[in-house]
Order: sequence, then C-alpha cells, then structure tokens
Amino acid sequence: MGRTVAAMSGGVDSSVAAAMLANEARTGDEVIGVWMRLHADGGEGYEQSRSCCSPDAADDARRVAQIAGIPFFILNLEREFGARVIDAFADGYLDGSTPNPCQACNQYIKFDELLRRGLAAYGADAVATGHYARVEDRDGRRVLLRAADADKDQTYFLWVLDQEQLRHTRFPLGELTKPEVRQIATELGLPTAAKPESQEICFVPSGDYRALLAERRGYAGEPGPIVDADGTEVGTHTGYAHYTVGQRHGLGVALGEAVYVREVRPASNTVVIGRREEVAASAFTVDGHRFVAGEPPAERFSASVRIRHRAPDVPAEITLLGDDRFAVETATPVWAPAPGQAAVLYDGDVCLGGGRIARAA
Amino acid sequence: MSVYLDHAATTPLRREVLDAMQPYLTEYFGNPSSIHGPGRRARLGLDEARETVARIVGAKPREIVFTSGGTEADNLALKGAAWAASADGRRVVTSSVEHKAVMHSCAVLERFGFEVTYLPVDRYGRVDPADVASAIRGHTTVVSVMYANNEVGTIQPIREIGAICRQRKVLFHVDAVQAAGFLPLDVDTLQVDLLSLGAHKLYGPKGVGALFVRQGTALLTQLSGGSQERQRRAGTENVAGIVGFAKALELAQDDLVAREAENSRLARLRDQLVAGLTALAGVTLTGHPTDRLPNSASFLVEGVEGGDLVAALDLEGIAASTGSACTTGSAEPSHVLLAMGIESEAAHGSLRLTAGLGTTEDDVRRTIEVMGSVLGRMRAGMGERAEVASA
Repeated sequence: MGRTVAAMSGGVDSSVAAAMLANEARTGDEVIGVWMRLHADGGEGYEQSRSCCSPDAADDARRVAQIAGIPFFILNLEREFGARVIDAFADGYLDGSTPNPCQACNQYIKFDELLRRGLAAYGADAVATGHYARVEDRDGRRVLLRAADADKDQTYFLWVLDQEQLRHTRFPLGELTKPEVRQIATELGLPTAAKPESQEICFVPSGDYRALLAERRGYAGEPGPIVDADGTEVGTHTGYAHYTVGQRHGLGVALGEAVYVREVRPASNTVVIGRREEVAASAFTVDGHRFVAGEPPAERFSASVRIRHRAPDVPAEITLLGDDRFAVETATPVWAPAPGQAAVLYDGDVCLGGGRIARAA
Repeated sequence: MSVYLDHAATTPLRREVLDAMQPYLTEYFGNPSSIHGPGRRARLGLDEARETVARIVGAKPREIVFTSGGTEADNLALKGAAWAASADGRRVVTSSVEHKAVMHSCAVLERFGFEVTYLPVDRYGRVDPADVASAIRGHTTVVSVMYANNEVGTIQPIREIGAICRQRKVLFHVDAVQAAGFLPLDVDTLQVDLLSLGAHKLYGPKGVGALFVRQGTALLTQLSGGSQERQRRAGTENVAGIVGFAKALELAQDDLVAREAENSRLARLRDQLVAGLTALAGVTLTGHPTDRLPNSASFLVEGVEGGDLVAALDLEGIAASTGSACTTGSAEPSHVLLAMGIESEAAHGSLRLTAGLGTTEDDVRRTIEVMGSVLGRMRAGMGERAEVASA
C-alpha cells in the first residue's frame, strides 16, 4: 500500500482506522498519523497564548499514534478551514439555507488540502480516514459504496468525491460496525476506545451557531415577522438566519398544533412556517451536481434519494436540467427538503453522486 | 542513517555530563538545605556548580540563581526586575525578535500597566543600539535584548547596548540561551546586569538553567517558598541537573582554543549548508550572512509550508525545524521573520537547520541531496493540486 496518511481526529473511529492500517502494514508500507488543527482553541494558561497549546483531541491522537508506532504530525489548516468551512457555514445561514459543514470539510479539507499535501509533502499515495464508507474498483472505475454498517454510513457527506480523489482514498472501517470498531479499540488498548460520539458541529461545540454568525459575519439578527402559508403574521423571530427549514423548536408560536419552519426568506427577513404536511415535498430542484463516476448515468434515471444524514432513502425519478442541475420527483413526499443540504443519489449500495437542494423558484 | 540538524531546539547529553550527574541522582541524594551529612554532600555539589557557572560568566557565586531553564530565567529577569523597580518607573524596552519567554513576560507586564517598547530590527534581525538609546526615557527601568536569535541565528550588538544601558543607569537583561556555548559570556565585558542561560542547548540536561543577577539588583521572586537561592527562587534545588549544567557549560566555554576550533568547524558545515540549499531554486538565507551563530542556517523556501517541509525531511530521516520548536502547530508565521520585514505568506516557508557536535560533512551532503528531491516532489505536487481540486 506504500505510504498512507491517516487523518486522526482524536476520536475512536479515526484512531482505529490508523491503528488497523499500521497493524496491516507490510514491509515497505508506511502509515503517517496527521492531526489537523482546524480552528483556534484557547490555551489553558492565564496568557491564553494561541501557540503551543495542545487541545485534548490532539493529545489523544498523538497517544494513539504512539501506541500504533507511527510518526505523527500536526497540520495547521486553520486558514483553509476558516475560509472553506466556517465562513461558508455562516454564509449559508445568511443566504437563508442550511449549510453542510461536514461535506465541505471532506470536499475542501480532508480530500483536497490534506490529500494534496499528503501526496506532495509526505510522498504518500493515499489518505485514510475513519469514515464509514467503502471504495471498490469496478471496471477500472472507483465506486463509492455505503458502509456495511447502514446505521453509521457516511456516504451522505462523501458524495462530492471524484474519481481522482477516490483513487487516493482509503476507508479502513467500511466493512465494520461501530461496536466492532470499539471492540478493536479496546483490544488494541487505545485511549479513545470509550470516547463518546461527537454529534455537534466541531467548531460550534455548544450547538448554538448564532454567536458564530455575529463573530464571523457581524450578523446580530434583526427581528422580523413569522408568517403562515397565507402570509398572515403569526409571530416574531430574532433574525431569519437563526432559523432553518424543518426547525420546530424556538419559534414561540402557539397555533394549537405543531408547526415547522417551511421557508427562510433573507430578502424580506421573513420566516414562513407550516404544518407538518405543508413542509414535506415530492418535487424539488438540485444544483451544483457531481457524479462519482464523472458523468450522470443517463439524462433521466431512477435512483433513491437521501436529503438528510440518516434520513430514509426514497425512490425518485431524476431528470437532468442542464447547468449542473437536476429535478427530483420522489415516489412519496420527503420531509422538509432544506436549501443548502445535499440530495444524494444511490443505486442500491452505490452512491451515484448528488447536488445541493436549491431554493424553490 | 538519521541526521539531526535541530541543535537549536535541544542537544543530546554529553557523556561527561551524565557521569557528573549520576552520583547526585543516586548516592548523593540529600537535600542541600539539610543539616546532616547527606545534605552537606549534596550542598557541596551545588556550591561547586555555582562557582563553576560564576567563574565562566565572570560573576560571583552569589550572583548566580539556578532556575528550571532559560524560560524561567527570562521570566524571573523581566517580571522580577520590572516589578522590583516599579517604584522608579514602569517602562521596559525590548526587541521585536525576542524569544517567547521574553515576549510573553512583557505581555503580562503590559497587562499590569507597564509600558513596553518593542524595538524594530533591520532585515537581518539586528537591533540598532541608537534605537535603544532613544527608546530609554524617564521611568525606563529594564532593557532586554537577546544575545543571538534562536530562529535566524543573528547576533545582536550586546556590548554597545550594554554600554548605553550602563551610561543611562538602566538594568540590562540578555537572553543568552542560544548564544551560550558559542560566544563569550563575560558579564562585565558585555556590561549586563541579568543574563539567562539554559543547559539543554549546550549538551546539558533539560529542566535546568540559571540567571546571572548582578549584585545589588533587586528582584521580585516569581516562585515563593523556602529561602533557596537567596530567596530569589524557592524550591529544593535540582542538584543533579545543576551539576550537569555546570559541567556542560564548563565543557562548552572553558577551553577557548577548543571552542574556537569547534566554532570554525561548525561554521564550515553551516556555510556548506547555506551554499548547497541556496543553490536550489526559491531558497534564500534569512538572518545575517556572517554575523550569526556558527551552527545556525535558516532559510525561506518559496512555495511550501515550513511544517510540511520539516515533516517531509523527517520521513527521510532528517530532523529539522521551521524556526522554533515552541510554536509548532501554530498558523501564525514567526514574529521574528515578520519583524525582519518578510511578508506573512513568505514567512510560512521557514526552515532552520542547526548543526552540533555530532554533525558531519556527510550529514550536510545528504541533507542538501534530500532537500533537492523533496522540494522537487513538493513543488510538482502543486500541479497535482490543480488536478485534485478541479477534477
């Protein structure tokens, strides 16, 4: 396998991925652990110096690398991550859409910046991550497949990868289930074996992104109307960018039944709500499409579509519209397609590609 | 096979140093403050070490305060002297290329209302003594300028600055951590009042150093406790470390002829490194071309991240540095390079190679060779970026 860069976050998945590769390495094979510093982390001392501070995650990754017996480097990608992921995340909300930071991180950081620098600087031929997904060679092409553990499958965040990227990508956990991964971590004595799952967006540990909008983009939020489907004002919101399609809580609207955000309109600073069935849709448009194979299967084809991580797939008819756009018609309505989120297409276990859900015209 | 060119980060322990330390880790374990025999035996080692260090810097034994290293010595000098003199004034003058131990001590002083002037440097990283003279005003109490820079090796005009400080009756602190072992350390010739030293840069152990404190200089202790080190630094002394430090300093400084011979040997290796690397496209020397430490070669490498280059060299068995082991993992480019007028983007491509006792011509040849091939690969990889990103 030559020289492989193992991206190590300090979590159990990437720890096991790196350790497994190190254990499988044969003569001449090399595994290099890399922890990416992606966002600033204050020091613990009084001086709060930003240099020389080592967050716990980096400590964990380093311990795992030591146990696996592989070299370990810290790669500072704060600038790249700040621009391509954090700022894009803030801009997504300001644009009235729901950003997809994990996908952006894969697309621009892990499988671009890290991959490129791993190849160029470290002389590696591949990057390995702890993602739950599989890559196979079929007829000279790389095929992206769902993970064996359907519950953990992360292809929803990986559909953006192209042939060139996949040729240099390894997913050592693709055939494993999460309990198996924890088991291996325990057997190898990795300090990350019992680490809890991280659910939040890594740069918004509190889960509240409003402070980030203010800090990165100076968006304080201006109160505006919450309206129903008829345009009747039913309440007041704190600023359109604080809301996301499908959101139920924090609306402060009592209409006697559950209501959800149906649409966010930046231009008029308006949040539109609707009843559950009003928020579902069976037709929507997708832009910025990419196909793993490099080209779409046909002008018009059937696929199953997923519009949210871990949401169920729904059978759909896909029609190409030109300009990297396609139309999706689902067999049954899907819950709250949110502009900015990905619509990912599958043929069975094969991830075909996808695009970004567009705002309704 | 492996090449170690990061002696400015740290050095291996010399055999003689280890031998000198060994009894104090085992047999002579006593606490030097104890009244009994084992205590007195440890005290003997401590006193002899203090005499040795004092002799080498031309000081009295009582003027030597042992610390946990260069960083603590810098903290004690800056904060200790500035606070103790704060009734006379709250102004401190330093340079913009100091080690973080000085820089961050100054930042803390600023937080407590002190006014700190950071002197500019020329493109080689040198302070102009005239700038020191004009920066000293009423209420200036301490001037701190390093002897030789840890990142680019440039040597500062310490004597000239010392003379100015003496004339203006201002305390002069010199961080000599990187210079010790190469340059003369006589505190009267240099006209310094406070001088920081560390052991592990000169083949001594980590975790020990000293501050020379000219007699009559008031210091506010930074570690309160027992009455060790004449109440300037509390805590049971690191006796074995101190003995090792004194031995290492003695080996490095005492024999002037041997030191000069080693300095010229190192300077030859350094010059070969500089010639070999600057012959590669896009590699330029940083720091002063001649007025620099004999073992230190530092560069800007165009189009690469210094951290990537150091990792790449490491994978080929060559230990190098971007400039300072203390800022690894930081996105901020070196404050030293920025102060020298180097653009932020260019400063990211910094590389420091520092030779030492064990460095050979073969090491230098191999390093030049590997640099050539690694740089070739890294720059070719930039073409690959376009492929990956646009595909």
